[in-house]
Amino acid sequence: AVEPFRDPKVELEQYPTGPHIAAVLVTEAAGRGDIEDKTVLDLGCGGGVLGIAAALLGAGAVLGLDVDADALELARENVEAQEEAEGTALPVDLLLCDVAGVGRGEWAGELRADTVLMNPPFGTRRRGADMEFVAAALRVCRGAVYSLHKSSTRAHVLKAAEKAGAARAEVVAQLRYDIPASYAFHRQKSKDIEVDLIRLEAGG
Amino acid sequence: GGGASLARAGAMRLLTHNMLACNIKGVQNGYPLKIEAGEVVTKEADFNPDFLRHIYPKLQWAALRAGAASMGEPDTLPAEVTEEMLGDEEFLQRFHHVLLELHLETGGLVCPETGRRFPVEKGIPNLLLNEDET
Repeated sequence: AVEPFRDPKVELEQYPTGPHIAAVLVTEAAGRGDIEDKTVLDLGCGGGVLGIAAALLGAGAVLGLDVDADALELARENVEAQEEAEGTALPVDLLLCDVAGVGRGEWAGELRADTVLMNPPFGTRRRGADMEFVAAALRVCRGAVYSLHKSSTRAHVLKAAEKAGAARAEVVAQLRYDIPASYAFHRQKSKDIEVDLIRLEAGG
Repeated sequence: GGGASLARAGAMRLLTHNMLACNIKGVQNGYPLKIEAGEVVTKEADFNPDFLRHIYPKLQWAALRAGAASMGEPDTLPAEVTEEMLGDEEFLQRFHHVLLELHLETGGLVCPETGRRFPVEKGIPNLLLNEDET
């Protein structure tokens, strides 16, 4: 089991990616040949749930990026725990950096991955955060991006993805995301949000 | 199998280093980052020749060799790689070891143009920029 955030930061919209959603996302990607022997980027990895799942399903190399050092510390512990459980090393590296700056370089050897997996902020705290992640994902991705977005934003996300350079954008599955009360301002015990698993194909 | 490894998880390997550069605004020659190696740990990883052949064309080979030298590795990789080598198990094992089994736990990554040092602690490079650098 992967540990959720200990002390979530509301401005980063840190909600753990539950095991069911993570399983659906990574299984879809694996079924389409986007995981095995591929380089995988977990953008905004938080506790590393998606990246770890990708590693367990045979990714050649996984890189987890996050802007929060506390989240990465947790991710590291989670990777270690999985490695102990599996009795083998997992090919997961971690990077502390801002997604906004990722993939903007012009040099040969710039950060690229075959596949990007992400559960980005929904953009409820910092407007446009979700599309910032989509733009970053398309900059670094050579193949396919798998991303979770509120179903209520579907039309907006698909359109903006294509504007950001996606050659193809489609909803692969619709899921219920059960977000447990994790902040003091949450009045309900938990809230179900309908989310789309969206698959984008990088352009050119 | 995995064996008794004392390395922490998630430490920077040379595959990752091969893709990192200095993102400071205005920097033209921020790649590759020079490695200042503090603690380097070797950790066994599953040998996957298909993945190695898949990733090879995407690597900056000179940066990989320079990185290996900075991590204290003996010079086991050739300056040029041929098609034949990519089918040779002995070469692939050496390539595998350098690319995927050397972990930088502590140290720094230094911009070749500005000298800005990005610290690596607990295996995680900190590439966050200051406000005046973006």
